[in-house]
Amino acid sequence: MKKTKLSALLALSLVLLFAGRAPKYEIGDSVTDFKLKNVDGKMVALSDYKSAKGVIVIFDCNTCPYSKAYNERIQTLNKNYASKGFPVIAINANSPELSPGDSFEEMKAVAKKKNYEFPYLIDETQQVAKSFGASNTPHVFVLQHVGSDFKVAYIGAIDNNTRDAAAADKKYVEEAVDALLAGKAIPTEKTKAIGCGIKWKNV
Amino acid sequence: MRKIALIVFVFFCACQVRAQQVEVVKFDRLQNVIDSKTDKIQVINFWATWCAPCVKELPLFEKLNADKKDVKVTLINLDFADKEKKVESFLSKKKMTTEVLLLDEIDYNTWIDKVDQSWGGAIPATLIINPKNGKRKFIERELQEGELQKLLAEVE
Repeated sequence: MKKTKLSALLALSLVLLFAGRAPKYEIGDSVTDFKLKNVDGKMVALSDYKSAKGVIVIFDCNTCPYSKAYNERIQTLNKNYASKGFPVIAINANSPELSPGDSFEEMKAVAKKKNYEFPYLIDETQQVAKSFGASNTPHVFVLQHVGSDFKVAYIGAIDNNTRDAAAADKKYVEEAVDALLAGKAIPTEKTKAIGCGIKWKNV
Repeated sequence: MRKIALIVFVFFCACQVRAQQVEVVKFDRLQNVIDSKTDKIQVINFWATWCAPCVKELPLFEKLNADKKDVKVTLINLDFADKEKKVESFLSKKKMTTEVLLLDEIDYNTWIDKVDQSWGGAIPATLIINPKNGKRKFIERELQEGELQKLLAEVE
């Protein structure tokens, strides 16, 4: 009797384990390498960034009003920080079936129109977004290059004013990267932001 | 001349009455809804006109609000505050009558956790509170037909 109960419990916990959300990265976690297709057709891997001090990974898309509101700020982040060793990698994980404006062709068009100077990768299987625990667009993960690892240093919003960049008085990502560059503690390691939910397949 | 002015005025008023009014509010107003001490179960839905899954599930909330007298639905709109007119015309077009509050708080980190600690920030999201027993449910995804009824039963 006891044995049946125990095995039932085990079965239940296994079900919960697989039914629940995939484990997601927290601050300090090492990120598993990923390799995704860029808008230029070439594959880009995190492990390609051997000489970088870190990367600013941004889950983004074409269609979300918040992504649009932040578009220039994302480009500015790359302009200001790529040369300092923290380039931007933008990743679109939206299912094009659910959001046709986020197809690979549309991504190419946006990257061209906006002259993206950073990779804009498609996460077709959505596995990278899931492993990061990305939920919204735009959703930022600042990674620090430590030895051969990339460790999560900041998760959240770009700043505290979605509508108006000039009115933002907390620039979370800039402050995080500046702190990493200066070897100081990051003032705010985690924030939340209202955004468009990532359009997950078959939900 | 005065007569015409009066007619125009009356006509204008009549139009105003028919159109759904959207109240632009700060977080304290939403906090009052969350903390309200009534017998009615509070159903609070976070949405925006640009959010397709939110728009899709709106009729479920509209129907719930009309059908269940022991439930109070409040729709918290997250369009930007300067889009008040856009939200109003959207609601008129959809013939919505449920109360809509446009939350003018763009520093999200000051209030997201006060709604629910587990909220990652994606919408649609729905908070259900039974003030009588303190039970609450928070769902961060689109709801399907019939799900609201299940959630309401869970907080009874």
